[in-house]
Amino acid sequence: MTTWDYAPAPESRDIANLKPSYRMFVDGKFVEGTGEPLKSVNPATEEVLAEVSTASPSDVDTAVKAARRAYDKVWGRMPGAERAKYIFRIARMIAERGRELAVLESLDNGKPIKESRDTDIPTASAHFFYHAGWADKLDYAGYGPSPRPLGVTGQVIPWNFPLLMAAWKIAPALACGNTVVLKPAETTPLTALVLAEIIQQADLPPGVVNIIPGAGGIGAELVNHPQVDKVAFTGSTEVGKLIQGSLAGTGKKLTLELGGKAANIVFDDAPLDQAVEGIVNGIFFNQGHVCCAGSRLLVQESIADELLEKLRTRVSTLRVGDPLDKNTDVGAINSSEQLAKIRELTQAGEDEGAERWTSPCSLPDKGFFFAPTVFSNVSQAMRIAREEIFGPVLSVLTFRTPEEAVAKANNTPYGLSAGIWTEKGSRILYMADRMRAGVVWANTFNRFDPTAPFGGYQESGFGREGGRAGLEAYLDV
Amino acid sequence: MATPTTARSGEGLPPELADATRDETTLRRFLHGLPGVDQVGVEQRAAGLATRSIKKASKLQAIDMAIAMVDLTTLEGADTPGKVRSLCAKARRPDPERPDVPQVAAVCVYPDLVATAVEALRGTPIGVASVATAFPSGRAAREVKLADVKQAVAAGASEVDMVIDRGAFLSGRYGLLFDEIQAVKAACGDAHLKVILETGELVTYDNVRRASWLALLAGGDFIKTSTGKVSPAATLPVTHVMLQAVHDWHKATGQLRGVKPAGGIRDTKTAVRYLVAVNEVAGPRWLDPKLFRFGASSLLNDLLMQRRTQLEGHYSGPDYVTVD
Amino acid sequence: MSENRLGIAKTYKLYVGGAFPRSESGRSYPVNDSKGKFLANAAQASRKDAREAVVAARKAFPKWSGATAYNRGQVLYRVAELMEGRREQFVTEVAASEGVQTRRAQSLVDSAIDRWVWYAGWTDKIATVLGAANPVAGPYFSFTVPEPTGVVAVFAPQESSLLGLVSVVAPVIASGNTAVVVTSKERPLPSITLSEVLATSDVPGGVVNILTGSAVELAPWLASHADVNALDLTGAPTILRAELERAAAGTVKRVLRAPSAEPDWTKQPDISRLRAYLESKTVWHPLGV
Repeated sequence: MTTWDYAPAPESRDIANLKPSYRMFVDGKFVEGTGEPLKSVNPATEEVLAEVSTASPSDVDTAVKAARRAYDKVWGRMPGAERAKYIFRIARMIAERGRELAVLESLDNGKPIKESRDTDIPTASAHFFYHAGWADKLDYAGYGPSPRPLGVTGQVIPWNFPLLMAAWKIAPALACGNTVVLKPAETTPLTALVLAEIIQQADLPPGVVNIIPGAGGIGAELVNHPQVDKVAFTGSTEVGKLIQGSLAGTGKKLTLELGGKAANIVFDDAPLDQAVEGIVNGIFFNQGHVCCAGSRLLVQESIADELLEKLRTRVSTLRVGDPLDKNTDVGAINSSEQLAKIRELTQAGEDEGAERWTSPCSLPDKGFFFAPTVFSNVSQAMRIAREEIFGPVLSVLTFRTPEEAVAKANNTPYGLSAGIWTEKGSRILYMADRMRAGVVWANTFNRFDPTAPFGGYQESGFGREGGRAGLEAYLDV
Repeated sequence: MATPTTARSGEGLPPELADATRDETTLRRFLHGLPGVDQVGVEQRAAGLATRSIKKASKLQAIDMAIAMVDLTTLEGADTPGKVRSLCAKARRPDPERPDVPQVAAVCVYPDLVATAVEALRGTPIGVASVATAFPSGRAAREVKLADVKQAVAAGASEVDMVIDRGAFLSGRYGLLFDEIQAVKAACGDAHLKVILETGELVTYDNVRRASWLALLAGGDFIKTSTGKVSPAATLPVTHVMLQAVHDWHKATGQLRGVKPAGGIRDTKTAVRYLVAVNEVAGPRWLDPKLFRFGASSLLNDLLMQRRTQLEGHYSGPDYVTVD
Repeated sequence: MSENRLGIAKTYKLYVGGAFPRSESGRSYPVNDSKGKFLANAAQASRKDAREAVVAARKAFPKWSGATAYNRGQVLYRVAELMEGRREQFVTEVAASEGVQTRRAQSLVDSAIDRWVWYAGWTDKIATVLGAANPVAGPYFSFTVPEPTGVVAVFAPQESSLLGLVSVVAPVIASGNTAVVVTSKERPLPSITLSEVLATSDVPGGVVNILTGSAVELAPWLASHADVNALDLTGAPTILRAELERAAAGTVKRVLRAPSAEPDWTKQPDISRLRAYLESKTVWHPLGV
């Protein structure tokens, strides 16, 4: 039998224009932070990519005050049409530097270049483009005439989609007339700082956007700063609860986009081959580091064996390895801590009696990698069915009737997303109607678009990002 | 069914497949019971796989695999023995300056030119494929179609590319079609049968899947996308659906059947994308001229040009490959 | 040397299906500046040119209306980018055509560019603003989406040669319609330069077709043309308007009526021009296992 091995097709890391050190961006300038510098690591090789200066509490104060001045003097009173032009510029410049940003993102985060190239960066640009258009159309957004911005927004984002999450946060804030202090994740600050460069080149007035790297403590400083009017956080439910608690009584507006344990429900009349693709995309996209990942597969018992066989065959073709290789499907786990957490939970899965299947793919010798894993015979009581693993690990459960599927899908404190696979339209709508989840995908999964609001029910958070609904978070309404 | 006297070939098939061919009703039930194909999903998957980056040694290997899979085709009203002989010369030695270039799999011509091709390819392993059954429309009486096939086989064709009656398929007369494919298969004798679905006229992926299974059930050795006379001809997502069908057929029966996209595959880049689909959808086992072919004419020269580019380290030009 | 150099005069032609033909009739007419000085000859479109323009617009409709709203937004924004690059040329032509001072012309050109940006932002928002999920009393999911109506014949303003033109054309194509535009008769030159911008931007050929010539001559043909779906009468001859509306009734065309005097185009628009060329489609689907 012929074997045809694809030769390595790595994207050149030179394209990333990686610098030895990065500084934080405050009041229109790149400045040294007075916090302890951090080292950003390439999770695929464990080598240090760059040293990044971080903010101290006093730097947070400086940044917030800069944002306050920019809001009072310039941005808050600028006509929407002019704000729009700045934001359009950012959208265009992200697209222009798309390849550079994609390579840098893959270096810093570990995600496959094809994902950063085809999803993260273009979607980030699209978010700015979409929201730019809103800046002078807020009267039409459905919040009454001339809705006002809130002021200074403090935003804290995670490491799974570093640039894209920055775009989700910054674009609507600016469009609505707010100014921004954003803290990127500790392990993935680089693309946000290149975005700062773009913002500088786009000539945004100083202080409108400030980007301050740092660890969780700096995030806490930021959200609790008295001059911050609005807080937006994407990250773990655990931290989300802390933030909500700490803002109690302050009157600050808050939106949270937290964890999830989404069910991907496959009925026996589903388009099976595409369902397999959707399941694979749902849990192995971005190494499963996706809050809305379809981490629980609920499959109708009558097709469970057939589907599982197809699924294993397909998962076996996933190419795991060098994130910069254009043919890599699954890249590196973002950090050793995350890898340890995935290992702990998968061990728990085995201990609790689930049947483990691991893709027979080869893994690189260095770096943080985890082979795609599917657990079958999982029951609702097991940890791998309840806790967010945030890794390339799928838990397979079965159901017999639509009611049972609904009950199992909703049997979680989370409620971010759900997937439904059936060729019967009325069943899609019936199921969508009953899902306690902020996003329901039917015969597809993990679709994101700036026009479509995204966000969760219950412990997956509140507030929406994208679409008309997403503007509410940044308007005084 | 239309001609109930025709023997059913349920032999060697697992019971549920053998049962499917029992009569018109069971056949319809089986074909309509196949899982649907979601258009957006299959097109996204095809587009996703098309971004695979095939470089260096793997590209050279792909080029040689693709050359060996070409059914070098001429199907024009203006075809002559001279044209066919020149095509056969090209098939025997695609690049006269580079004898290490593999020969193509077959030469594909109209039935009346089969004898010419057989003569020109004598002593080589290159197959002679003939289109048949009132190609390309398939609109003729059963006897005429079978006579077409018999003439081609008698003239020495080792492979027959039949067209299905799309009218029969689209109006749901699956039994008629099943019988016709079986009758053609019988008329082929030892010749391999490729069944052209003309997917551009079937339009939906659900239809492509059903027609694929119908052709496989009726004994087709290959399922082929198109005649090349209808637009769209071969596309990547259609080929995905067909590759999935032969993969699933193999799982169900243990039998290996082939796929042949034809029409519109003109350059190396596109051919490599098809090979990636073969490798990852059907499986590496199908990377074999016995199980995968390209129906093409101009593709070969682009493959030869790209092969030179790979080996010589600079871009080549059309004047350095022969026009045939 | 440059002072002695004789300039190259531009031939102003029609813009149909992405190409720049002369009128099939072979006719042209002199265009003068506001002081009566000769500027150029413009092609004088005939009814057959109008017919070709409708064919081109119809042919372009499926792809343009089928493009994603995001894509249309990018394309319209690109028009603004390219206009910005030809700003000086537009200023000169607007000043000559309309007889305004350079500063006023600059302001008009800037507003025209900004208008493309405004409508570029609308492409992917209009469905959100005008669409609806309908809470029908029954086990159905019902939603309503706006869709473009088709080919729109636009009679551009006679006075505002560029800003007015952009203000009537951009909303037509923003939502996915295609346009056949009859420009200002006396002030057609900026429209042809705009068509050169459109041709080199990413707007597909046939989406906007621009005819210079006489609205009086062309309007009856377009108003009665069975393959035209809507009419914008903004720049149509006042005396013909009632007649054109009657002609439109023959195939139940949507008609955007015009105020008797030309509006102030420098004012910020609302979305009425977007709504004018949109159909509403309501979809019902049952819910059930």
